[in-house]
Amino acid sequence: MIEAENLCKHYAGVKAVDGVSFAIPRGVCFGLLGPNGAGKTTTVEMLEGIKTPSSGDIRYKGEPLGQRFRNEAGIMFQHTALQEFIRVDEVLKMFQQFYSHTRPIEELVEVCALEEFLTRDTRKLSGGQKQRLLLAIALINDPQVVFLDEPTTGLDPQSRRNLWHQVRSIKAENKTLVLTTHYMEEAFELCDEIIIMDHGVIIAQGNPKELLANHFDNSVITLPLSALPADFRADEASTLHPQDGQMEILSRDADATIHYLAAQHIPLKQLQVRSPTLEDLFLELTGHHLRT
Amino acid sequence: MSIRRFLAALQARNLEFLRDRTALGWNLIMPVLIVMGFAFAFSTGQEELYKVGLYGHSEQDLAVHDFLQTRYVDFIPVDELERMIDKVDRHQIDLLLDLKNSRYWVNSTSPKGYLLEQLLAPFQLKREAVSGSEIRYVDWVIPGVLGMNIMFSALFGVGYVIVRYRKNGVLKRLRATPLSAFEFLSAQITSRLLMIVTVTVLVYAGTNLVVDFRMVGSYWLLFLILVLGALSMISVGLLVAARITSEEAANGLLNLISWPMMLLSGVWFSLEGSHPLVQNLALALPLTHMVDAARVVMIEGAGLADVTDQLFTLLLFTLCFVSIGSKTFRWE
Repeated sequence: MIEAENLCKHYAGVKAVDGVSFAIPRGVCFGLLGPNGAGKTTTVEMLEGIKTPSSGDIRYKGEPLGQRFRNEAGIMFQHTALQEFIRVDEVLKMFQQFYSHTRPIEELVEVCALEEFLTRDTRKLSGGQKQRLLLAIALINDPQVVFLDEPTTGLDPQSRRNLWHQVRSIKAENKTLVLTTHYMEEAFELCDEIIIMDHGVIIAQGNPKELLANHFDNSVITLPLSALPADFRADEASTLHPQDGQMEILSRDADATIHYLAAQHIPLKQLQVRSPTLEDLFLELTGHHLRT
Repeated sequence: MSIRRFLAALQARNLEFLRDRTALGWNLIMPVLIVMGFAFAFSTGQEELYKVGLYGHSEQDLAVHDFLQTRYVDFIPVDELERMIDKVDRHQIDLLLDLKNSRYWVNSTSPKGYLLEQLLAPFQLKREAVSGSEIRYVDWVIPGVLGMNIMFSALFGVGYVIVRYRKNGVLKRLRATPLSAFEFLSAQITSRLLMIVTVTVLVYAGTNLVVDFRMVGSYWLLFLILVLGALSMISVGLLVAARITSEEAANGLLNLISWPMMLLSGVWFSLEGSHPLVQNLALALPLTHMVDAARVVMIEGAGLADVTDQLFTLLLFTLCFVSIGSKTFRWE
């Protein structure tokens, strides 16, 4: 559906994006992940036709981005404002006039749950309500590809879950989705394929579950440092990663490690066992945490 | 160009303007306040500089030598008597002195002319009446106030608003739709033009009720002049807004453009006798041409043929600024 080849975007002395290539197949939810400043918004804005690449090539259905792309793409920006003193229903009608093929407004009002604030001035919407309206605008032309740039940043947990629900229903309509986020959990929940970016380059690419399976064959066992004796040593199946008052034990055989801990008479009351996350993967690939 | 997309953008801008009560109120109240304030100001004659046209050679006549030494009076040597008498009539000069024949012309409705006449009294010169109906200063200044109001509304209403849209991301959101730059800019121009025409008609009618100023020309011609003038100012606004991303920078630049226009385009006082450089600079400002044309139509009843030059110049300004503005326009 979309192909990017060797994309670069350079600003005075800074390589925001430095030679990125990937292909987004039809019908998948494609995630761009990375910490703030990794270059994911710049990359996605080049895909959206908002920014011109310094070099490289972008193709939509085999053609350069043009009027066809504008008609068939729906975009929800990270930072955007709407004209002031205009009501939600009027904004929807205005954007509807811009496209030749559109979805009925009533349908969007239902899908994005806009009913309760349909006649409200856009300046008076809450964060979650504004995001729902921006999502409705992105869907108004019944797009074949939908771009969502950090759609849940700054939302409360409930609004975030609601937005995830809406993204899943867009996926169910077999639309192609391009999503940027710095929440690894969000990407794991929603994306079929991801690229992880750092410092303007791709550092990992693939299906999130497969990426984890390829990089990790272990579980993460966590205990408070205070529960462990000072001379505590790991068993043969695991390695130790102390951090923030916690001991993370990466174990290839969780059963054996837990038996070993019990045999050492270590209190297991606060013990937690979890699978590695994309967050752990990012740490492993870059040596630093995602949000530091 | 899609008319549907253009109309959608136009309607959104109109709604935004009409619902912003503060801006709307300001647009209507400001010109009325200016006219009222100005009516008060010129009725008390606070201007310091007086302009006297001198016909003939000052060395030949020592009788008025003392008068010629008066401070705060700008003595302008002139050579065409008939033309200068008209200028007295139109408040472009306050008094005309014919040194050879010991006579002078003054407009008896002019407060400045009255004061100069008092200074001349000891010299016992012959007073000549200004022919035709005399024109009050308020008649002379109204076209300037209308023009100035149009200028501010056009420059800030288009230039500042587009820069704000660019800064807060409205332009970015619109760019992601099939709406073209041409459709978007046309909608902004049309919306502002409709607003300017409506407000100007209201201000004209309102001011006329209060001051009952002189209007002897064709209303249609005056309308055409004001529309072309407004378009040329809007196009200056577009040019300013083509690339700037900061509202502060836009504000500074718009002030930098509007203040010289207000002072040098003959809105408040005539540039008669000022340095040729200033007069040439004034010709480079669209407001000069709009105010000049509106003034001759309103005061002298000039016809289309008399203002063709100004109309053509305003059109040229518009075409020039719009084409540069739309070529250099950036969504981001």
